[in-house]
Amino acid sequence: MTTGTLTAAGRTRFRLPRKQIPVLATLALLLVMYGIGVSQYTAFSNVQVIFNVFIDNGFLLVVAVGMTFVILTGGIDLSVGSVVAMTAMVSAALLQDGMPAALVLVIALLIGPTLGLLMGCVIHFFEIQPFIVTLAGMFFARGMCTFISGASIPITDGFWTSMSQERIGDPRGNFVSISVLIAFVVVVIAAYTLAYTRLGRNVYAIGGNPQSALLMGLPVGRTRIAVYTISGLCSAIGGILLSFYTLSGAPLIAVGMELDVIAAVVIGGTVLTGGAGYVFGTVLGVLVLGVIQTLITFDGSLNSWWTKIVIGGLLFAFILLQRLIGIRYK
Amino acid sequence: MTDSRPVLTMTGISKSFPGVRALHDVNFRLFPGEVHALMGENGAGKSTLIKVLTGVYDTDQGAITLDGEPVSFTGPMQATAAGVSTVYQEVNLCTNLSVAENIFIGREPRVFGAVRWGEVRRRARALLASLDLDLDVSAPLGSYSLAIQQMVAIARAIDIKARVLILDEPTSSLDAGEVAQLFRIMRQLRDEGIAILFVTHFLDQVYEISDRITVLRNGGLVGEYLTTELPQLSLVEKMIGKELDVLEGIEEHSRRDLAALEEGTPLVAVSNFGRAGAVEPFSLTIHAGEVVGLAGLLGSGRTEVARLLFGADRTDGGQVAIDGTASSLRTPAQAIDHGVGFCSENRRAEGIVADLSVRENMILAMQAARGWLRPIPRRRQDELVDKYVKALNIRPADPEVPVRNLSGGNQQKVLLARWLITEPRLLILDEPTRGIDIGAKTEIQKLVTQLSDGGMAVLFISAELEEVLRLSHKVAVMRDRQMVAQLANDESLDADRIMQTIASGSHREEADR
Repeated sequence: MTTGTLTAAGRTRFRLPRKQIPVLATLALLLVMYGIGVSQYTAFSNVQVIFNVFIDNGFLLVVAVGMTFVILTGGIDLSVGSVVAMTAMVSAALLQDGMPAALVLVIALLIGPTLGLLMGCVIHFFEIQPFIVTLAGMFFARGMCTFISGASIPITDGFWTSMSQERIGDPRGNFVSISVLIAFVVVVIAAYTLAYTRLGRNVYAIGGNPQSALLMGLPVGRTRIAVYTISGLCSAIGGILLSFYTLSGAPLIAVGMELDVIAAVVIGGTVLTGGAGYVFGTVLGVLVLGVIQTLITFDGSLNSWWTKIVIGGLLFAFILLQRLIGIRYK
Repeated sequence: MTDSRPVLTMTGISKSFPGVRALHDVNFRLFPGEVHALMGENGAGKSTLIKVLTGVYDTDQGAITLDGEPVSFTGPMQATAAGVSTVYQEVNLCTNLSVAENIFIGREPRVFGAVRWGEVRRRARALLASLDLDLDVSAPLGSYSLAIQQMVAIARAIDIKARVLILDEPTSSLDAGEVAQLFRIMRQLRDEGIAILFVTHFLDQVYEISDRITVLRNGGLVGEYLTTELPQLSLVEKMIGKELDVLEGIEEHSRRDLAALEEGTPLVAVSNFGRAGAVEPFSLTIHAGEVVGLAGLLGSGRTEVARLLFGADRTDGGQVAIDGTASSLRTPAQAIDHGVGFCSENRRAEGIVADLSVRENMILAMQAARGWLRPIPRRRQDELVDKYVKALNIRPADPEVPVRNLSGGNQQKVLLARWLITEPRLLILDEPTRGIDIGAKTEIQKLVTQLSDGGMAVLFISAELEEVLRLSHKVAVMRDRQMVAQLANDESLDADRIMQTIASGSHREEADR
């Protein structure tokens, strides 16, 4: 029997770049929304509008990148919003006590990944659902926020205010904040990690079939713990960026943010069951959320809750899309 | 071949689990460039021997040498690294990754930690080309058939410079053409000097491919034989440890008069049942007491027919008459109401609830039929379960054991019992004997004849034509999602004629155009 006949008779299925369809759909959606904005409001075509979307959502983007790792393995991290808030709180409290900014940064950036590492270990070694472990993490971190202070703590530190006010712009006066640059660095590193490193490829393999990954000799446990640590680190970076943005730490900030983040990741084409998705999609997902907000702000007459309604509708649409193209062919 | 020194020896291997002596003083050797079949019933110790070899289990006693050096692996990874690779029955690869990545993941060529994708693809292509496979290595593995996936798994295994390749029931979900392709690759690897340990339940395949056979029974070694010197009948006798004449009795059954059965109203008569993309419209009548065999290659639409008859998938059109009265089979609940039972081919995913006990698994369908608000009294449950554990010879005969602890053949029997308890009038059996040993297989075949003698109608789906021929009164042949023929099982019908029908289906289709 020749190879050709077998390949033909081997029931090769109809093949499209299926994996890319959700990302392309998000891109199309984004372009349509932007087109609507430009056609309705003259000021929308201003480049600064796009830049503002990035400025307002830089911290969300970083956290969503971390969440992408977790969801790619088929897990979920509900603690991110609370960890963002806790990081901002800790930074604000330590700065208030007069600790040097550099040391505060180091401490703040350690808390998130440590919690992530712990949650990852619990998930892996005790074989407990990520949902419930990270739910516990969420309550813990949120509790710590109020434990530190029941009220909002302002930040007056010089480094923080300079980071907050620094504008990197072009000659025509358009600008982005430092946060946006940091977010981009995170995105590039994450995209590279997922596409070109063993860690990244193991993430996809585990999301595809954890049992097979184990039998192929891949370090399933280590990878699983790593993704929650990465998510914790991204939440910590997100928390710092948020504190740059608001110049304060507030115990009830970023409540429910984890759900926005999950929405952004899923709208960006990452499959909730794991194994398929891209960081680039997550960037698009965050932009979609940001552009919806901007459109509603431009309209002026709509209640800001419309953002949630539209996001809800989009989530439905994208999950249906994933189901229809059968991204998990098994 | 026999002159060379063995690449692998296992001597005096013993292994016990609490309460079970899984292996007792077993010797096994494997020469370079041979295909060595490891045979035995389920529970004979084949899997345990492989697991001991690959380091999944420790040995209690005994020694393993590889190339004359004593070895003791701590796990499959270490065994693989030493050149002993295993490909399992279920393909253990990630369908969401590309073909190339599945071959190389975990040992990709890298520069400064970055995977060199071009190199990965180039090497994957070269490796697959050496196996005479021409695949798009960038395509996701899931876009290829199970057979191709299996060969990719072999490619992954041999890329690690394997000297010993263990194939644990690789053919159980492949059709004839795919098996031929696999065997071609096995012969090629054998000729390159790789020693292949081959486990299968298909006796014909053993005689087609293997050079040497080792038989295990009840954890002990029966013997090692050259395939050419061991007739098939003696092999079976050695495996089950007794003379085998049970099959003879079954043979007579199917030759019974089909005409007598087909008098009167059919139990189920469907016409123009079909579902776009799954199976072309077909018509089929099944009478009480009739065994209808459904033959065809893997993927020809056999299971799809079964699912339509059970209401698991909804038909696009057509009519169904039950006992001559127009009716419908739109949901499994309706089908069960009409007395249809369905033993799924995929017993792990769709049938057995592994964590529940034998008793609970058996009661499931009956309880569902009664409705959840009318629990079956415990005494009645015990009666029923005891009856079927005895009738089907389920081992261990303890109804409270979780089903996961039973062997595949016994799980299959539990699944059968589940439907038998509901006393169905039509029982659909989808590949009931796949992946189970010859003893259990014979028991299930015997059971089918008994049931049909008792007036139950059976739709029997199997990839093994011999089995279909042995049991059926009538054989419906599937090809490319069409029911191309329905043949009465009389003297003139044999496997060759069914094969011809499968093969010629296309010609008729072309003639129609």
